[in-house]
Amino acid sequence: MTRYLQIDHLDKTFARGAQQTEVLREITLTIHKGEYVSIIGHSGCGKSTLLNVVAGLTPATRGGVILEGREVDEPGPDRAVVFQNHSLLPWLTVYENVRLAVDKVFSGSKSRAERHAWTMHNLDLVQMAHAKDKRPAEISGGMKQRVGLARALAMEPKVLLLDEPFGALDALTRAHLQDSVMVLHQKLANTVLMITHDVDEAVLLSDRIVMMTNGPAARIGEVLEVPLPRPRKRLELAANPIYLKCRQRVLEFLYERHRFIEAA
Amino acid sequence: MSMPVTKSETIALAPARTGGARVLPLRLQPRPLLSRLAAVARTLAVRVIPPALVLALALLVWELLCRRAGATLPPPSAVLRDTWELIVDPFFDRGGIDKGLFWHLSASLQRVALGYALASIAGVALGTLVGQSMWAMRGLDPIFQVLRTVPPLAWLPLSLAAFRDGQPSSIFVIFITAIWPIIINTAVGIRNIPQDYRNVGAVLRLNHFEFFWKIMIPSAAPYIFTGLRIGIGLSWLAIVAAEMLIGGVGIGFFIWDAWNSSHISEIILALLYVGLIGFVLDRVVTAVATFVTHGTAAN
Repeated sequence: MTRYLQIDHLDKTFARGAQQTEVLREITLTIHKGEYVSIIGHSGCGKSTLLNVVAGLTPATRGGVILEGREVDEPGPDRAVVFQNHSLLPWLTVYENVRLAVDKVFSGSKSRAERHAWTMHNLDLVQMAHAKDKRPAEISGGMKQRVGLARALAMEPKVLLLDEPFGALDALTRAHLQDSVMVLHQKLANTVLMITHDVDEAVLLSDRIVMMTNGPAARIGEVLEVPLPRPRKRLELAANPIYLKCRQRVLEFLYERHRFIEAA
Repeated sequence: MSMPVTKSETIALAPARTGGARVLPLRLQPRPLLSRLAAVARTLAVRVIPPALVLALALLVWELLCRRAGATLPPPSAVLRDTWELIVDPFFDRGGIDKGLFWHLSASLQRVALGYALASIAGVALGTLVGQSMWAMRGLDPIFQVLRTVPPLAWLPLSLAAFRDGQPSSIFVIFITAIWPIIINTAVGIRNIPQDYRNVGAVLRLNHFEFFWKIMIPSAAPYIFTGLRIGIGLSWLAIVAAEMLIGGVGIGFFIWDAWNSSHISEIILALLYVGLIGFVLDRVVTAVATFVTHGTAAN
């Protein structure tokens, strides 16, 4: 397998006046094409910062990110982000939100009709074509997240970055969306980097789980391979010994070796 | 109304199990015309009856107070009698400033329209600059904070000195009165653009022009329209005072002229018109705001 996305000796320090806060230290991670990698850690450990650096929204202090042999240090549609709070533009309809991205990314390569078809195709992928003329305020949280996903997929990103995409949703909606994401990953074989704090979600969706130590100066504590065959079925996995073992490993890491002291 | 349907569709389309839930057709029963009319009549009554009652009461008190001998102000019945000609024929034009109220009001409105339009354009532009650039804010904001407290009429002598003519001076006074709330609210709106929207713009690599039109203006629109609403109100306040000093055709000078000729009833009629038009202007800006922002600009 080729190295596709490389995070190379990445440090991130936030400076406010004379006060310096080291958030990330020496993060090195290689992600292969088509791989689904989750980053898990307690809140405040800097996992969102890491995603923002990969997205190019936050500059790295030292080290950097290499995508397909090229360093990336500014945001771009090749690393589309699905934000935790959907970030749909409320003054545009569902269709227009996706279309804005399609128009921007494919303005030179697709005709008007093709761009329309591509927008509708992506809304179809997330089963949101029926609500294309609704505004974000008129649809539920899960639907908004689906549209956010459609917008990101429509950019045909090299890497799809998911920043706790299901964090704000109720358990049932979350399960539906996780299933959708699994189906889409199976179908499109895209490379995904997902931030999460949900152990089950990480094990269910990922090929590898990256566990982060607590901040400040968070590091990668452990990387766990999830050798479960795909397609995965939520119900069958519930009693699967590999699944349970992976889950156990992550839980041990988070709650025994790297307990979040502030939460107590 | 459509929520149950869309919900069940989501479930039905979920990949794990296909053809699970059945989508039930939603039958909307048309309400009979009579009950709809009754509903309209009810809301109308709720809105119209209380103000009408209060108005009738106020007129009655006014009438009783001013009817006595020696009252300095005319009662409403006298106002109506004295100004009947002005009310029924607002379009007469006998040359000079002896015109119907329509012409006075339209002259004032034209000045306001021009000054306010200029203030809107300049205000949104300057507000965007101040909201977007830290340096512009540091440099300009203190100046704005001082200048905005200058009363509108204090600008009039200065603008008369600069323009040497009443018309551009009054337009300038409107401009300078309306611009501050527009600048300040626009700047707040731009500064409050959620980081998420900026991130979306960054990921899509929108250029400055696209970012301005597709993210900044729509996102700041509720704030901008708050500024525009305050601005139109202030403009209409300032025009009457400015015209009193400048003279010529205009509702402000009409009032001043009526005072000089002791036509108190005409003053009262003019005040009524000024109030009504100010109200309509405010409503027009609110309606435009609701239309443009799809109702996200709360009042």
